[in-house]
Parts: sequence; C-alpha cells; structure tokens
Amino acid sequence: MTIRLEPRLTTPAWLSPALTLGAITVALVISGAIIALVGGDPVASYVHILQASFGSVGVLSDTLVKATPLILTGLACALAFRMRLWNIGAEGQFLLGAWGASAVVLFPLVPAGTPGFILIPLMMVAGMVAGGAWGLIPGVLRARLGVNEIITTLMLNYIALFWIQFWVFGSWSEGGFQQSKAFPTQAWLPRLSDFADAVPAFRGLPVHLGLIFGLIAAALLWLFLERSRFGYEIRLIGDSPRAARYAGIDIRRRLIVVFAISGALAGLAGMSEVNGSVHRLQDHISPGYGFTAIIVAYLAKFRPGRVVFAAILFGALILAGREIQPSGVPAMIQGIILFTLIVTDVLVRYRIRITRGRPAAAPAAPAAPAAPATPAAPAAGAGG
Amino acid sequence: MIDSLDPPNLDQGGAPTTPPLAVEARGIVKEFPGVLANDRVDFGLRRGEVHALLGENGAGKSTLMNILDGLYRPDAGELWVEGVPVSFGSPRDAIAAGLGMVHQHFTLVPSQTVTENILLGLDRPRFLLRERRSEAEVAALAERFGMRVDPRAPVWQLSVGEQQRVEILKMLYRGARILIMDEPTAVLAPQEADDLFATLRSMTAEGRSVVFISHKLGEVLAIADRVTVMRRGKVTAAGLPTAGATKADLARLMVGRSVLESLDRPPSSPGEVVLSVRGVSTTNDRGLAALRDVSLDVRAGEIVGIAAVAGNGQSELAEVVTGLRPCTGEILVGGEPVANRSAATVIRKGVAHVPEDRTSVGSSPNLSLTDNLIMKRYRNAPVARGWLLDDASARALADGLRERYRIVAPTVDTEVRLLSGGNLQRAILAREIETKPGLLIAVQPTRGLDVGAIESVHRLLIDMRTNGTAILLISEELDEILALADRVEVMYEGRFVGSFPASEAEIGRMGLLMTGGTETDDTASPEASAATAGRLEP
Amino acid sequence: MDLGLIAAAGIATGTVLLFAAIGEIFAERAGVLNLGVEGMMLMGAVAGFSTTLSTGNPWLGLLAAMVFGGLLGLLHGVVTIHLRADQVVSGLALTFLGTGLARVLGEGLTNTGAARLPNLTIPLLADLPIVGRIVFSNQSVLVYAGFLLVPLAWFWIERTRPGLHLRAVGESPAAADAQGIGVNALRLAYVVFGGVLAGLAGATITLAVAPGWSGDQTVNGRGWIAIGLVIFARWSPIRAALGAYLFAAITPFILGLQGVQTILGVQNPFLPGQSAGFFLEMLPYLFVIGVVTVGSRSAARRRIGAPAALGIPYVRGERGH
Repeated sequence: MTIRLEPRLTTPAWLSPALTLGAITVALVISGAIIALVGGDPVASYVHILQASFGSVGVLSDTLVKATPLILTGLACALAFRMRLWNIGAEGQFLLGAWGASAVVLFPLVPAGTPGFILIPLMMVAGMVAGGAWGLIPGVLRARLGVNEIITTLMLNYIALFWIQFWVFGSWSEGGFQQSKAFPTQAWLPRLSDFADAVPAFRGLPVHLGLIFGLIAAALLWLFLERSRFGYEIRLIGDSPRAARYAGIDIRRRLIVVFAISGALAGLAGMSEVNGSVHRLQDHISPGYGFTAIIVAYLAKFRPGRVVFAAILFGALILAGREIQPSGVPAMIQGIILFTLIVTDVLVRYRIRITRGRPAAAPAAPAAPAAPATPAAPAAGAGG
Repeated sequence: MIDSLDPPNLDQGGAPTTPPLAVEARGIVKEFPGVLANDRVDFGLRRGEVHALLGENGAGKSTLMNILDGLYRPDAGELWVEGVPVSFGSPRDAIAAGLGMVHQHFTLVPSQTVTENILLGLDRPRFLLRERRSEAEVAALAERFGMRVDPRAPVWQLSVGEQQRVEILKMLYRGARILIMDEPTAVLAPQEADDLFATLRSMTAEGRSVVFISHKLGEVLAIADRVTVMRRGKVTAAGLPTAGATKADLARLMVGRSVLESLDRPPSSPGEVVLSVRGVSTTNDRGLAALRDVSLDVRAGEIVGIAAVAGNGQSELAEVVTGLRPCTGEILVGGEPVANRSAATVIRKGVAHVPEDRTSVGSSPNLSLTDNLIMKRYRNAPVARGWLLDDASARALADGLRERYRIVAPTVDTEVRLLSGGNLQRAILAREIETKPGLLIAVQPTRGLDVGAIESVHRLLIDMRTNGTAILLISEELDEILALADRVEVMYEGRFVGSFPASEAEIGRMGLLMTGGTETDDTASPEASAATAGRLEP
Repeated sequence: MDLGLIAAAGIATGTVLLFAAIGEIFAERAGVLNLGVEGMMLMGAVAGFSTTLSTGNPWLGLLAAMVFGGLLGLLHGVVTIHLRADQVVSGLALTFLGTGLARVLGEGLTNTGAARLPNLTIPLLADLPIVGRIVFSNQSVLVYAGFLLVPLAWFWIERTRPGLHLRAVGESPAAADAQGIGVNALRLAYVVFGGVLAGLAGATITLAVAPGWSGDQTVNGRGWIAIGLVIFARWSPIRAALGAYLFAAITPFILGLQGVQTILGVQNPFLPGQSAGFFLEMLPYLFVIGVVTVGSRSAARRRIGAPAALGIPYVRGERGH
C-alpha cells in the first residue's frame, strides 16, 4: 500500500475554509497535549484565553487594541508575500515607525502647542516614512544586488531594536527610566472612552483610531491588489516572475515599491501603537507583532479582508496568552498553527491517493479535464 | 502487413528453439488522470536489432519506454528481459537488468564533469572517488564506439550533440545491453544524426539492441530494422520490418488517414521592412557568444524562417528582438530603435511574442485564463480604466477569445496549469494575435502538439501573414519551416550562414549549413537526406 | 584588551556558528533550505541544559540536544520534501515552534548549576607559539570536535561517492533520480543531519561556551547569522569555518572595546553606560548584512550560486511548476 500525492483538477469551494478550520483545531489539540505534558492544564488555558479575550465588552476591546497593530503589520506581510517577497522585517519596520512618529514630538520637530489635527497626520506620515525607509533598504539590496531579503530584514529587526534603545535609554529617556516622556495629549489618538460622556457604554474602552486605520488600509489594499493594474502585476510577479518579465513588467522597480509600501504599513502600525495605546516610546512596545503578523498573513492566505479576522484571533492569543503558564505557550501555538496551515495548504492543491497492492510509481500528469487525448505539456514523461 | 511477435519461450515450455527476445512486453496498461496512455500494449525487441517506436505526440510511446526503464510501473501487463520475467520498481532495477534509457531531455548535472556524471549512481567506486582512473576508463570506452568526448569537461560547456554522447556513455559504462533512446535526433543536425546512427550500428554489431522513439517517418525507414507503430495508446503495427514499407503505410498506421499537409498559401507580396536587425551580437546565460554580428530584415506579410539546431543562437535572437536580452548593434521595429529597451517598449511598438517556454514564460500557471489572456492588454482600455482594471471587460475579452480560438477550458477562471499543451498554446496565440501586431516572433510554436493542433497553428500563422503581419518563425522542425516560410535563414554558431527563398530551400543543403559545412562541400548522402526528411507524403 | 583572549573566546563561540553553518550547508547542498536553525538551536540548547540538569551528565545532555534538533529537522524535511510545502514558510514555522517550545520547556530553568562539558588542552600543540595558547589550550572538547568536522565535511562532499550523490541531488535531482538515486530519501537524511548539528550548536552554548539558560537570549539571532554565513561561504565548509571564527571574534572585541577608557587618545564613546554602546551592539548584524551582500554579488559574478535545485521540491516527471 502506498500513499501518493496527486494534483487536484478542481478544488471544491468548501475545501479551503474547512481545511483552515481543521488546521487550527488540530494545532490547538497538539498544543494542548504539549501543555499537558509539561504539567499545565490545557482546557483551563483555552477557556481562559476565550474568557480573557472575548468574555466581556471590556476584554473584547482590549483584544481589539492588541489586534490593531496586527492588522496593519499583517497587511504589510500579506502584500509582500503575495509577491513572494519574504518581508520578515515587519517587526523592525514597526519599531522604526514608532520611532519616527515619536521623533515628531520628542525632538521636537514641531512647536509645542501644535493642535492635534495637524500633529496626528504629521506623525502618521513620519511613521510611514520611517517604516517605509526601513523596508526600502532590503528592497533595494534585493533588487539591485540580489541579496536574500530574509536575512537582511531579520538583521534589520535587531538593528531597529538597538536604535530604539539608543534613544529611549539616552537623550529621550525620562528621568533615567527606560522610556520616553509621555506624548502631549494632542498627539493621542482618540479612543472610545473619550466619548464616554455621550455614550456611557464606552466608558473605559481603550479601542482607538488605529483600528480604523487598519480597516481602511485593509479595504484600500484589497482594491489595490484585486482591482488595480499594479496589483495585477504583483500577482503575476508572485506567480511567475519570468512571465512577468515577458509581459514587460519591470520587476525590480515593483519590488522596491512593494517593500516600501509594506514597510510603511508596518510603520503606521508602530505609530498607531505609540499614539493610540502606549502614548510614549519604549523599547518593548512590541510583543512580537511583526512575527505574529507573518502567521496572520499566512492564515489569511494573503487576502486583506481575512487579515482583519486573523489579526483579531491572534490579538486574542497575545492578550490572554500572557497569563497562561507556562510562558511561551502563545509562541508555541503560533508555530504549530503555521505548521498545520502549511500541511493543509498542500491538501488544497493535492489529493491523497492510497493504492492497495502493487505500489504505483510516481508522477501524475495534470491533464485537461475535457480533452482526453493530449496530456499537458509540462509532464513530458507522460505524453509521447 | 502486421507481423506477429515471436512467442516467448515460456509458452513453449521446453528447449528454446529461437533465442529469447531481448525485451518483451505483453498487455501493458498505464493510465494517468484523464488519459489512458497505454492500452494493452504488446512489444517485442529482438537481439542485435534497431527497432523504432513510431507515433505522434500523445500516442503513448514515451510512456511505454518509461515503463521499460523503470520510471513508471504499469497498471497491468508483464515484462520479460532475455526471457526472464521482471518487475522494475525504479530506474535502478532497469539498469541492473541491462536496460539504459537516454531521455529527450538530458538528465545530466550541468555543473559537474562528464566523468562525474557518468559515475553518478554507480556502485563502484564504492566510497572514494578516483577521478583519474575513471576518466581514463571513460576515454577508452568512448574510443571504442567512435565517440569524441573530453572526460574532464563540465557538462554545461558541451554542445547538445556532445551531451547526448555523454548520456549514451553513461549507459554503456553500466554495461547496458539494451539502449532506449527518446527522439534522439530532435536536437541534432542531419550530419550529427549520421554520427549517431553509426554509433548505434557499432553497438548492434556487438549484439546489443536499440529501441528509438521517433515521429519522423524517413528516419525510421532509413535506420530501423523493424518498427512498432502506436496511436492513442494502442499498437497499430507490431514489429513491422521496414524493408518494403513505405511512408504512406506508416503514416496511415500513425494517424489513421493519409495526412497531406498542403497549406493553401497565397504567394507572398512582402511590404515594407518591419524588423531590421543590424550587426547584433550578444552572449548567452553562460557568458559565451551567442550572436555574432547578425543582420536580418523581415517585411510585412512575409514569414522568415530561422533554421538552426538547438543552441546556435536562435533563442537569443528571439530574446534580443523582444527586449528580454541586452545586445550590441541596432534593432529597428517600424523604423524605431528597440535594442536594449525594455520588453514593455517592444510590446508597445506592436511586437508579439510566442515564446519557447509556454508554461513558465508564456503563461502564469496558477493565475486564471482571464489573467493570462490580458497579459498584453492590461495597460490599455478597455481592460484598464486609469489605474484600475475593469473586471467585466477583462472577462468579456477572455470569453470572446475562448470561443473564437476554441480554447478548451471549463471557465475563464480556470487556472491555466490545468490546460492541455495544445489549449495553452491556443490561448497564448490568441492573446498575441489579438494585439494585432505588426511583428510576430514565434519560437517553436508547435512543439509537443498533436497533428490537429499543429495544423490549426499553421493556419493561424498563414492567416496573419495574409493580413500583413511580419513573422519571424524559429523552429527546430525543418518541415515546419519549409511549409511556412517565404524565406529561410540558416543559423550556425550565432551567424547567418545561408539565406534563400523558399523555392530554393532543400533539406540537404540546409542540413549542411546548419552543421557548419559550406556549399562547396559534397551534398549529404541520400540516406541522410531521407533520414531527416520527415515530410508526410500521400 | 588582550587580543589573545579575544581570539580564544572567538574560537570558542565561533564553534557554535560553525556547527550550525555546516549543518545548513549539508541541507542546502542537498537542495533543502532550512530557515528553522534558530529554533533548532534553541531547542538543542534547552534540551541539552535541562537534561544535564536532571541527569547530571553533560554527555547525555549533548545527546538529547542532537536528538531534538534531529526531530525538528525530520519535521521540516517531511513537510517540505514529502508534502511539498513551501520551504521558506516551513522554516519560519519551525523557528516559531522551536522558540516557543524552548520557552515552554525552559520555564523555570535556572541560569547556572548544571554540569558542563570538559575542557581540554592538547599536549604538544598547546606549546606552539601564539597559536598554541589561543587555539589549543583550555578549549572545550566541542571546539576540537569542530576542528575535526571541517575537513571531514569537506572531504565527504568533494571526494566521496556519497558526496557526489549529495551534490547531484541538490544541483539536478532529475539526473540523480534517473540514475536510481533516492532523491527524497537523501534529502531527508541531510535535513535531519542539519538539524542534529543545529541542536549540537545550541548545546554548545549551554553546555560549553556560556553555560546556563537565559531564555531567548541564549541564541540571540545566531541561527540567522549562520544562515547568512552559508551564503557568504558560498556553500563551502572551509570558508564557513573561517567566517564563523572571524565573526565570533567580533563580539568579544566589542566587549573589549567597551572596557577601554580611551581609543586612540580620544575618550571612548562606547563605554557601558554611554548610550552609544548600542551602536556597537548593532555591528554584528550590520556585518551579516554586509557579508551576505558581498556573498551575493560575488556569487552572481562567478555565475556559481546556490545549488541549482535549492528550494524546489522534487517531483518525478514534473518540470518547472
């Protein structure tokens, strides 16, 4: 008896979502087993996660706050990955964006009394420019010199962290502590709780404008990828760079632009975090948003709409996961989920054939469903 | 006309009265998703003979040979080698049984040397590689069969003919008694094919047996002792002696009817010069010179055919004209310079390109048919609306093309990797033709297609020519060039070595030029001419 | 600043990078990209340390580290080779998994207290001038194992039949398959071996070079640096070794810099406490970027690059996509 993989000729519409659901379930089961193995209580842990993230309006809004940066960084990764550009540097771009926004008020770059409606857009731009520049570096290296972007973006993550530390521990430090001065209140992004007088239900809810940034960005990115010429080019490059070249597309230039936009999105995430949530610059403002974003993007199959949902899911995990013993469980769950997603990904494109008796030798030739005579050209071995 | 196979000795259950067949297959069945490649096939190879396996693309010949070679397992049927029943789980088993296959696409490791490639997969030397000793052995073996090859050369530096020799040596080094060759002359010029046949003869003289797969009738009649013909997975003639058979007989067995490719071709009246290539030189991916100072003109309403053996610069010629490769020199399309400009510029100037590689250059496998069909039109209205794409227009365009060109696909959203070769090529042609180009560069446009698809492609090209498009046709199939071209240019080692109008084009003369001979040399032997004239006659 | 001490420390920490890089070289030459080295090293580090802590035997810890590394390699291998998943994503998943698992398993482990692997001084060689003191005196057994690994790896790859098969599988799997070589089996074996070495690298940290467990900081990006080194070394074990030792010497050099009051007569801006020290910390990572850039350009110029089939799953009979 042998097990073989055979390319699917058609994919039923229900298969992909079902497999995704299945992947997450399997991942949770495996993680649960490991938690049990080291002496934790998996059921309690999972229940806790659900309660601590969706149990009430209060915690739900906390989840959304955690999800906000994930939406933007998830979009950043999804965009790049759609073109098979492995931007692993969303973490560093996030930090640079936070720094860039902070620079506006901490240098300061503008006079002290600047009103919010000028300050906030300025900080948004600063954040996006800083993040975009950080994304531009690996983009240019890859486009001009063919340097593997995985390594460069990763290294830049570490460098970004030290960059922030230099400022936060140095000239921006508040009284010697490892954080900067607080931002002036005009720079704070409006929160739901700011409207508690008008709507009592909003009291104490920290959900801030950054969420709206994320949703708008998701809509714009969808439009960009699915309905614009540039988006078509990105999809083409991602699937077949040689065909893209043949079609007259300048891949290198697109590459640089996409990396810059990706960095800018992550940078905006950084800005929204410091302006909306923390209100100051610290070196540990990211619990690994940029890395979780990779899994968010993958789970969303690089589609902007689904990024939003995946981000909320993982936001819950980050929020509630902090209190689970042992620590490291959220990271482990993320890793296992990514693995199960990869495996189910295979199942979407291939079917498993189990043959009894004599083992059949390998390849399956993808053949046209309607034309029986001529197998497809690529499988040179089957024709002729 | 149908010969009967010698029954295997096993059936006679006693002392063998005739020597066992080198290879025998009975009742072979092999199925792939959607295709029955081998439908109860019987095959018998005698010792010391050259046996041809003839059929069109898709007939099932390669599948059968891949089963003999151990690459595939038959779904049903039995195999004997030298009278002993065998069952191969992998190519290794086949090699152990004395069978060696030389594939159409060579399985060599380009960055390694000839000797390293030959040593690959052997059992000896077991652990330590002894390069010097092996190199000497390889040289001696090559000598014995009259093949010239440098054992220390890295394979990527060798010509295609030399690489084929390495493949054969690989088999001989392993003591293969039965050699299987898949379309061996597809990549050779007529004179190189002669050398190959001489080598095969010296092998059969020693008692080894050869099977070669072909779709060229003349070649089969000239070289093989017997021929087995396949059509759509079935055997239509088993072990037919070639003495006394005619091309018409074989053609009928191959396609079930007499095929006469007579294209209704109005005489050409070429207009202005559309493409002008002046003194162009360039290098290939390895950094070696591929084009040396070539010049060429193609006029509107004219088909210029480039006849060349693979690897003599014709691919690079297509690439420099379509903006995919830099060069020195001048290239003008419609009077405007396009050399070293981007592919986008060339496309804008009205140049269409049907590339050699239809699956990874000409199309994007996982994108839909629609996405593939708009590849040259997405920058312009109506598909483009400013920065956006008009989805409805794109789909309308795709639907229209699908119908007009009879592209078989479930919907326009179908991913293109699921299309058959013929349909993919139809889609690519549809896309390129619809751009209403002034110039079309078509490279190997009918490779791997069945006769029906080939005919329709040729018809499309003739129609374009009638409508005034200038066409540069690059093809390895000499018959295709002779059937379509108004003018023929022969390329050898990056230069144009001969140019004549279609009326003066003749296989022997072309073959000579394609391998570096000059017109003052003797013309090729009649045997070679016949061997390479794959033309189908009534 | 004692350059000799720095060099000796460089050799020791370089061994960590060496093991990881050579493991990755084997995997990549077989055609499989393994980006999970960081996670595997962390798993090896924690497995080695905690096993040693519970059993008191560092050799058992070493074994455990290699086993865990190998298991993760097996996971990556099966998923990418047999299930044909994307190698990049699988490697990243492996990093997350290894990191998370290591955090989970390393919960509550103390910083010190486990036994460590013995150090050795090689009798005759230690008396060599200069070199003897640095290279052959009081280095961990693993360092000497590293010295041996390099020529062995080179010999295996370049001069033996198994090495020929390895190279063929990574350059042209179709050719290897046609000769009856088990492409997928061989690839899996080398990926597992790469994982074993990565686990070994991790254990080298916690059991020899910097004994103790400090959470994520234990490995601190060295897995990624090893991957970058492989590109820089153009997939040669010898160049990888040189790169590893050289690179590893930078960190103690930097630390050494931070201890000096003046540099060339000017007040040292990098003294600890001065925030400029962060720039020094950036140096190793900037260096990797530089090294990878140089390596890519050089490979492009020589037209010899990565193993031709690197990153592409092999399916018999399929060409291209």
